[in-house]
Amino acid sequence: MAEGVKPRVKVPKTATAGEAITIKTLISHQMESGQRKDSDGNAIPRSIINRFVVDFNGENVLDVTLEPAISTNPYFEFEATVPESGEFHFTWYDDDGSVYETTEPITVG
Amino acid sequence: MNRMSAPGLSAATAIAVVTGLAAPAFGGPDDDELIINGDTTIITEAPAPDHMEYISTIYSGWRFRTDETQALEEDDFDNPAMLAVDAALEAFDTVEGDAGESCASCHGDVESFAGLTAHMPKVGEDGNLVVMEDLINECRTDRMQTEAWKWSGDDMQSMVALIGLQSRGMTMDVAIDGPAAPFWQQGKDMYYTRYGQLELSCANCHEDNWGNMIRADHLSQGQINGFPTYRLKQAKLISKHNRFRGCIRDTRAETFAEGSDEFRALELYVASRGNGLSVETPAVRQ
Repeated sequence: MAEGVKPRVKVPKTATAGEAITIKTLISHQMESGQRKDSDGNAIPRSIINRFVVDFNGENVLDVTLEPAISTNPYFEFEATVPESGEFHFTWYDDDGSVYETTEPITVG
Repeated sequence: MNRMSAPGLSAATAIAVVTGLAAPAFGGPDDDELIINGDTTIITEAPAPDHMEYISTIYSGWRFRTDETQALEEDDFDNPAMLAVDAALEAFDTVEGDAGESCASCHGDVESFAGLTAHMPKVGEDGNLVVMEDLINECRTDRMQTEAWKWSGDDMQSMVALIGLQSRGMTMDVAIDGPAAPFWQQGKDMYYTRYGQLELSCANCHEDNWGNMIRADHLSQGQINGFPTYRLKQAKLISKHNRFRGCIRDTRAETFAEGSDEFRALELYVASRGNGLSVETPAVRQ
């Protein structure tokens, strides 16, 4: 089980229609690759975030497959154009079946 | 004619290259301004305090770093140290030990520590020089009745950073007179003492040669206003004493221990060399 997992996102509160805004996301996660061994020589089981999805008002913006070589606390920064006011929905999928979600509203004016 | 002009051109180019290398700004501080989160202005350049004889302007180490590293400190979201600060905030509210107390039980909101770091280290009521780690461990052992934290451990340095963050943007102003004077003098003597097989003092690098290159790195003034600092090289928060130890080790000397009286005194003296800069912790460096 992954411990201390905490999603963080940064989305501007307002934007103008059609503006490309910068979104930053980070989830604290140990991203255990499955390649390491403990002091007794046993393999430490893989435990990573394997998928990251961003939706805006139900429309998909980003869908990322994460692989074991990605280091701890995966950080994504990307740009998105916002046509209207609404809500960004962020979802991270963990190997252990956990799903972490957070939403962030944005006003277009 | 062509043959004659060609060497003339290359000579001119060569001169330009040599002049470029000799420019004093090579390896020195840049002209960038540090504004964190778009609202906290950090003083990264100030007139040196009166007690410093050989330096007229003091600079934060931030000014010596690359644009990429600088950017990590300009937004708390990008600052990797903030994960540790978040962890410390949780620890602040967590009850530990036989007394059934957390930090918050006595101190309430962590914001009550605003201003403290700007005046640390200082001399306590018992006449000893105390640094932030001492205050934290005293609370843990005496009032919470739990185990002391290891000096450079993640728990300890995250908490030092959390408390320091409350004073971020405030001007460093440690007292060097009165009861602090003997400790300050001890620290100053250490600063100018050559240690190790390489016979280097702190001053040899950070006073005589700041702004020059030390191998591939820009040599800063060795200010500690950003400590505990997130070092990308170690991917964690680094304590002041860890950094002191690293520097003295690099002179091939037997170093003092973290949490030793020698390093407390050195911390006071080095902090006083930054009087006038802003508290910057948790800073990000290479």
